[in-house]
Amino acid sequence: MRFMLLLKGEPPEDALPSAELIDAMLGYYEQLVKAGVLLAGEGLLSSSTGARVVYSGGKRTVIDGPFTEAKELVAGYYLIQVKSREEAIEWAKRCPLEAAVDQFGDSGVSEAVIEIRQVAEMDEIGATDEQQETEARLREQTPGL
Amino acid sequence: MATDTHTAIETVWRMESARVIAGVAGLVRDVGIAEELAQDALVAALEQWPESGVPRNPGAWLMTTAKRRAIDLIRRNERYERKLAELGRDLQLDADDEVVLVDHIEDDLLRLVFVSCHPVLSTEARVALTLRLLGGLTTDEIARAFLVSESTVAQRIVRAKRTLADANVPFEVPEEAQRAERLASVLEVIYLIFNEGYSATAGDDWVRPGLCDEALRLGRILAELMPKEPEVHGLVALMEIQASRLRARIGPTGEPVLLLDQDRRRWDQLLIRRGLAALDRAQALGGSAGPYALQAAIAACHARARTAEETDWTLIAALYEALARLAPSPVVELNRAVALGMAYGPAAGLELVDALDEEQSLAGYHLLPSVRGDLLVKLGRLAEARTEFERAASLTRNARERKLLLDRAAACGP
Repeated sequence: MRFMLLLKGEPPEDALPSAELIDAMLGYYEQLVKAGVLLAGEGLLSSSTGARVVYSGGKRTVIDGPFTEAKELVAGYYLIQVKSREEAIEWAKRCPLEAAVDQFGDSGVSEAVIEIRQVAEMDEIGATDEQQETEARLREQTPGL
Repeated sequence: MATDTHTAIETVWRMESARVIAGVAGLVRDVGIAEELAQDALVAALEQWPESGVPRNPGAWLMTTAKRRAIDLIRRNERYERKLAELGRDLQLDADDEVVLVDHIEDDLLRLVFVSCHPVLSTEARVALTLRLLGGLTTDEIARAFLVSESTVAQRIVRAKRTLADANVPFEVPEEAQRAERLASVLEVIYLIFNEGYSATAGDDWVRPGLCDEALRLGRILAELMPKEPEVHGLVALMEIQASRLRARIGPTGEPVLLLDQDRRRWDQLLIRRGLAALDRAQALGGSAGPYALQAAIAACHARARTAEETDWTLIAALYEALARLAPSPVVELNRAVALGMAYGPAAGLELVDALDEEQSLAGYHLLPSVRGDLLVKLGRLAEARTEFERAASLTRNARERKLLLDRAAACGP
């Protein structure tokens, strides 16, 4: 199962993460890699550099950032492959986001949120034994495929 | 609430058991005893956490508890004095020692990998032990994945641990001289687990496709533990790229879809990217010629081609040639024949296929006449092709495939 851990919260504009915060986040990244669960992950720049394209009433409107609903803004993500929703939650609990809240606390940031969302995968296809047997033998003939 | 805690414990156990077992084995130098002690820690968690709540760092709690028990055991043991000398400061365990405890865990984890895949064990035993100790799978899950009874797996694991103890297998990473051979055994076990999931021969339990994920995870962990070993990256590359096609290889009605007929939009580009990156690492480490790197390179040729027509068959043929020299096998030769036919025209492929006609191990293998028929069609030798397809149809045990081959035979005319 794949889950996306969406890190939400918006650091104050122009604020750079402290060395401690970078260190903590890198340490967490390393843990995810070493456990073999991390597929991808990125941090995002502040919403002031972003934009929105809104589809409504048959029109497309472009709105430049920054955006105000700080708690809802995605600041980064990790895409992980784990065995269960519980494991995804456990990994989210290990993310050192307190470091971010600590650093930006003086600037009015009081909380950060990690939203855990399962990635939609194709439905498991119920192949018959016969089909799977074919598949097995097809693979047998193609070591590199 | 109690159920939540139990789920939490189960989850943490899955995530941490390999490290805990490895850490304890680093002390007691016996994976069987280490697993028992780790299990004791799990039992303690099940007793205490529902009361006390899940600790803030549950992995460290399990590790500390298991290591304390290990030390109690060593103290009771007559070898205490000797062990004490060996262990030195590791024995200075206090409640606040959690940080110290995770020190050499990566080394211990790597030792656990090598011991679980030790050549003194049968392949089946290696697979079972690896899934149990490193994958954190229960006996029941392993049994379901391999379609054998739980008691069979339990016995396999018990016997494997005893074999390791009887043979005095040290809890160590093998020395340089044996390193390559022992690593090959580790990689073989991981790839076997992957293939068991990939080419699931029966059963529809979630555990089986889960084996692909498990093998990939083990491969990725190993790549972190042994970042300088090109073949580890080669195997990871091979598995990532193969896994990228998982959802494209079965059609809407459940029929298998051959690689060249797959809808490439359904390939998982993230896994392909990861696979290509792993292959780059293998090659950058000078490992282009390793068997897994070669297979990964072949898989990568397909992954890089946006359409089947864009496939670089010349390169694939060259890679199969290298693979054939390294690990000669008639099946590899047959694949090379297909690649040659695509790269240099059907006559080139047919020449190699004809040479394989004498090959005893391919007698009765329906793909040989099937490939031959395909090449003959391309050469316009339809009557001969028809005979080959009919022969192939008579050799396959698969009804769907037989029909396909008979259709192709009929298409060749009377």
